[in-house]
Amino acid sequence: MKPATDHQPWDIRIRPSHSLFSLQLREAWHYRDLLLLLVRRDFVSFYKQTVLGPVWFFLQPLLTTVMYVFIFGRLAGLSTDGLPQPLFYMCGIVAWNYFAECLTKTSTVFRDNAAIFGKVYFPRLIMPLSIVVSNLVRFGVQLLLLLCMIAYYVLYQDYAFQANAYLLLFPLMVLLMAVLGLGSGMLISALTTKYRDLAFLVTFGVQLFMYATPVIYPLSSAPAAARGIIAANPLTPVLEGIRLGLLGRGEMSATSLAYAVFASLAVLLTGIIVFNRVEKTFIDSV
Amino acid sequence: MSHAIEVEGVSKLYRLGEIGTGTLSRDLHRWVARRLGWEDPFLRVGETNDRTVRGGGDLVYSLRDIDFAIEQGQTVGVIGRNGAGKSTLLKILSRVTSPTTGEVRIRGRIASLLEVGTGFHPELTGRENIYLNGAILGMRKREIRNRFDEIVAFSGVERYIDTPVKRYSSGMYVRLAFAVAAHLESEILIVDEVLAVGDAEFQQKCLGKMGEVSRGEGRTILFVSHNMAAISTLCRQAVILDRGRVDFMGAVHAGIDRYIRSSKTSTGDVDLTGMKHHVCLFSRLRSVQLLDEQRTVTSTLFIGNAFILRIGFELKEEVRNLEVGFCINNIQGVTLVGYVSPWEGFRTHFPPGVHEVECRVPFLQTLPGTYQMTVWVKRIGERIDDEVERAIEFEVLSRDINGHPAYFDKYAELNMFQHSAWSMATAASAT
Repeated sequence: MKPATDHQPWDIRIRPSHSLFSLQLREAWHYRDLLLLLVRRDFVSFYKQTVLGPVWFFLQPLLTTVMYVFIFGRLAGLSTDGLPQPLFYMCGIVAWNYFAECLTKTSTVFRDNAAIFGKVYFPRLIMPLSIVVSNLVRFGVQLLLLLCMIAYYVLYQDYAFQANAYLLLFPLMVLLMAVLGLGSGMLISALTTKYRDLAFLVTFGVQLFMYATPVIYPLSSAPAAARGIIAANPLTPVLEGIRLGLLGRGEMSATSLAYAVFASLAVLLTGIIVFNRVEKTFIDSV
Repeated sequence: MSHAIEVEGVSKLYRLGEIGTGTLSRDLHRWVARRLGWEDPFLRVGETNDRTVRGGGDLVYSLRDIDFAIEQGQTVGVIGRNGAGKSTLLKILSRVTSPTTGEVRIRGRIASLLEVGTGFHPELTGRENIYLNGAILGMRKREIRNRFDEIVAFSGVERYIDTPVKRYSSGMYVRLAFAVAAHLESEILIVDEVLAVGDAEFQQKCLGKMGEVSRGEGRTILFVSHNMAAISTLCRQAVILDRGRVDFMGAVHAGIDRYIRSSKTSTGDVDLTGMKHHVCLFSRLRSVQLLDEQRTVTSTLFIGNAFILRIGFELKEEVRNLEVGFCINNIQGVTLVGYVSPWEGFRTHFPPGVHEVECRVPFLQTLPGTYQMTVWVKRIGERIDDEVERAIEFEVLSRDINGHPAYFDKYAELNMFQHSAWSMATAASAT
């Protein structure tokens, strides 16, 4: 340990309030190992706690798909862009699940971690980031299921495999979902620390939001009246883009993609700023 | 020597009372009620905050204009009564909360043990938790790996390192958690009352480790405790906080003396009316007073002192075979010795009414530390009628039998002091 001298600069200065834009990303980078260990913790504890744990990863999207095929496909007769209904719904559900999980988990991050936040300091941003990465594991497992389903349809149902060059955009699409989920989750987390009952509203709101996103219907068959709203949703090009890459049907233009990227970054930045502000004072109010 | 920590004009303001109710629906409810001129539905009637006398507004300074500086490699004890602002200060230093005004400047990394085991996950094994906890406290994975064996050896739970910590005893849990924190590579360590748990052997080990850390590695330590014995052995300096202000900063012994003197009157004379009582069929304890030989109320003694315990109680009926007694237990709750009136042949006829009895103990046998006394009243051979546990607390100072400073810290596993006479056995020979 090197002896400090008076000329040596101070390492830490604790002041009443930081500027709005000090995002402390450099410090968060120093804690990257913590991020990985938290992800590992989430995975291991989930795996250990329930017998059904890993099975649940598969079961939930499968059962939901069956339900959607029955309700939206058979009863309501919604268009699926000419794709086999199970594939269409499964693709939407897997993608949507990832976004929704990121959002809801992030929105309660302060409440869930009040005990630990009250005792130790580390860049709080690590927590929501770890949630987004943890959910990636689950997303990966469900994606595998979707790929199996596509393979089954190609082999036994003479479904023409239509994946194409748009598939290269897939990582970007996942990143956009993560960024949007994280950003809006952090925005909401600021509200739920002040008003806890807003958490119920979040569950409800996420459900509504799903219907404003082309998850159970393709953008092409959206009614003209609602098209404006649906197009304004930055998730629309993301879901359409995923479907376009994997299943070969979807509407995505360079403009809509650029819009999605821009909107996601804006949401993320606002989210981080709000989150950092709340983080400073929240421990005094819980 | 340069400063490791500088605290300049730091204040922390807390808002008392209700800012919001915490839920939107309740706030709406309250707003509607106010508009209609009803009573506030969520105002709690008769709720007072007697911790501090409230000023004009709802704002209370938990800390007010704190200024001090700590030199590098110094071990500093932070002392103060409950509510003096110790925890708030530590929270600010460890960046859990931010100050309202002022600035803190720190050189080096800071690690705080505000509560050990933060972030331990019960499903994970000891090994996994060491990594996770270390990372939460700011260590890189590589650093933890380098010190892993050292941590495990210090904690003494080698056998169970691959068992989920949910199967650990609470003692093992704390040992592991402290071990991780004590091996942090940080220049400044903040420790808050972690030693209250764990057995005596482990407590000694922790104290030893902390002393070693401060002397050998030149780390700066801030130690908050109510255990004056631990503070006096470990720290060279003390900061006393009193109602949010720095009351004293200087050498540790002067500090402890000052603190004990200022808190004397509040603890040597205890009114028992508000405390938890037993069945109270025919009696009720009212007060306890601890007096020294000069019959002044005190809460500090040293070994070999004579002391007097005065017990006040009320009887609802006439009692012929009354037993009054008290016992002394240490801070871990182990009862060390009891003093019971019939053992000394003290039998008197008590008419109904208020009485006070005194017991003079000619020779205090407890070693330096903090102790508590439990008092009771009953009929001889029958069940306890009234009892107040830990009715009064007293401190035994690190002084020898004549009142001179002496060192006891090596003998924490001993419980009692026995009087013995020491003298020269042979005259000095000239070899």
